[in-house]
Amino acid sequence: MNATGLRRDEHMERLKLFGLSSPALMLVMVILVIPVGWLFYVSFIGADGSFSLENYERMITRKSYGRIFWTTFEVSLLTTGICILIGYPLAYFMSQLPPRLANLCLIAVLLPFWTSLLVRTYAWLVLLQKNGLVNNWAISLGLWDEPIKIVHNLNGTLIGMVHIMLPFLILPAYGAMRAIDRDYIKAAANLGASPRRAFWTVFFPLSTPGLFAGALMVFVLCLGFFVTPAVLGGGKVIMVSMKIVSNIELFVNWGAASALGVVLLVLTAGVLWIASRFVNLERATGGGGH
Amino acid sequence: MKSITSLAVVAAFAASAVHANDPTLTIASWGGSYQEAQSKALFQPASQNTGISIKEETYGGMSDVRLQVSTGQVTLDIVVSGSGSASRAAAEGLLEELDYSVIDVSSFYPGLYSDHCVGGDVFSTVYAWNTDKFGESGPQSWADFFDVEKFPGTRAYRGKVAGALEPALMADGVAPEDVYAVLDSEEGIERAINKIRELKPNIAVFWTSGAQQAQLMKDAEVDMTTGWNGRFDNAKADGAKVAYSFNQALLDYDCFAIPKGAPNKDLAMKFLAEISKPEYQDDLPKYITYGPTNKAAYETGVIDAATAAGLPSSPENAAMQLPISLEWYAKWETTAAEMYQEMLTE
Repeated sequence: MNATGLRRDEHMERLKLFGLSSPALMLVMVILVIPVGWLFYVSFIGADGSFSLENYERMITRKSYGRIFWTTFEVSLLTTGICILIGYPLAYFMSQLPPRLANLCLIAVLLPFWTSLLVRTYAWLVLLQKNGLVNNWAISLGLWDEPIKIVHNLNGTLIGMVHIMLPFLILPAYGAMRAIDRDYIKAAANLGASPRRAFWTVFFPLSTPGLFAGALMVFVLCLGFFVTPAVLGGGKVIMVSMKIVSNIELFVNWGAASALGVVLLVLTAGVLWIASRFVNLERATGGGGH
Repeated sequence: MKSITSLAVVAAFAASAVHANDPTLTIASWGGSYQEAQSKALFQPASQNTGISIKEETYGGMSDVRLQVSTGQVTLDIVVSGSGSASRAAAEGLLEELDYSVIDVSSFYPGLYSDHCVGGDVFSTVYAWNTDKFGESGPQSWADFFDVEKFPGTRAYRGKVAGALEPALMADGVAPEDVYAVLDSEEGIERAINKIRELKPNIAVFWTSGAQQAQLMKDAEVDMTTGWNGRFDNAKADGAKVAYSFNQALLDYDCFAIPKGAPNKDLAMKFLAEISKPEYQDDLPKYITYGPTNKAAYETGVIDAATAAGLPSSPENAAMQLPISLEWYAKWETTAAEMYQEMLTE
């Protein structure tokens, strides 16, 4: 075969691939690109139905909007951080167990997924409130004398969100750790590295793609949380999604809420872009690494 | 004789055929014990007496109506709404004008019906307290509610602006009849919000729903809260240590409206006329402690004196309260809500 023939074949194959993926592309177009475009468009429609920047101006003149975005990112970052601190050691522990025991642990990690998010959130309210189980037990055990405020504030919100998000961090981290060849650690030990040194210089770097994948997923999901901060935050932890709902009720046009969605989308994209400068996102999300 | 029988048979058939073609009214309310009470006291009996067949649904409020009207797919004939959201929806053109030559409101309390929404029940925004902590005679005014030296303890307050500013102004020394005049400017609104700012360190929870008010008192999570009187009666029946007072409470009402372009507008009007009669309204307090909007309902003898004493719209209780001003909400709610949000996020 000559070079032109090869090129023709390659061209044909590309066309075929494109043809095969076109239903998926259409689907993405219909359910993602068009609605997001519509969201952008609606956010520039004012209360009187004409083109206007009032939905964005409001976010600048009213200080509360800035604070709400700040709270949203603060809560999401803190949740992600705590999830890493709890989830990574747990995933590491599981990866060192024999497969059968590890599978049991995995089921325990996944179990909360079968309970609705709403139920789990209210369960935390019952446990953490002033006369809840935690306070009552702690007082009867003499840990503290007066009921302490664990819920209806930032603490309660974080407890609830970490509980819900933890599996999203553990699963990819665990997957990445399982894939690490044990012989690398043995080789490090063989070359005289202490267990700690072997972990930090060999095991940890190899596990980071899974860890970043999990952390990224947790962070992005947290940005859109509604129920948990609404129930456990006591009305004082106000995140963007809650403000979107109240703006739909308050203003008689969808633009007021759409503009919030647009800003959140742009900010999130910005965070991902910054993250991509430091981390190989393609590898972190399981795409082909080079 | 024979011809008469056959005529009767034909007539019966015709009647049933007409009945089968009769449109069904779709009524949407808020569900729960509230809708159950409405169904037992108003909807079912009125349907039986008029022969109008009805279908009950629950809905998410005026945003649902806005969606239906803006897409031209209106399925609801009658909706239950808060008075404030109804007046905003009316201003937006989402509601049909009500025909008060069909609906008789001559014995209604003044102000409990509007061009687009006719009152169905009256409720109060009250202050409630934990009786274990403060006894049966707890705070007796909004000034007491805001006074953390006289009544030390945690508070809960509304997370939205509706019904939140009026109490703060009364606590700040404004006479109930002057409240809306003072609130008629950004400075007045700021004055009320500043009063809440002062109390904020003692506000443990900003509540967002009626169910939450009951739960907060039942679990003794806070020592005092604002809220809707019926919820506290229900919580008390469930064993909560809670009491409330009507003094300086905010008198508000829920109402019935017809969405613009409702499929059975005229029939809906007739049905509203029926359920606004005192003989239906006087049954509502049997199922929930919300009062009738029709004053004549107190005169039918169905509501006994003991029940009446506990209802927000009984003449004695109504006299102690400040009726909500819909005009104020139509003019200021959006601005005030944004200012309130500033305070919440600080």
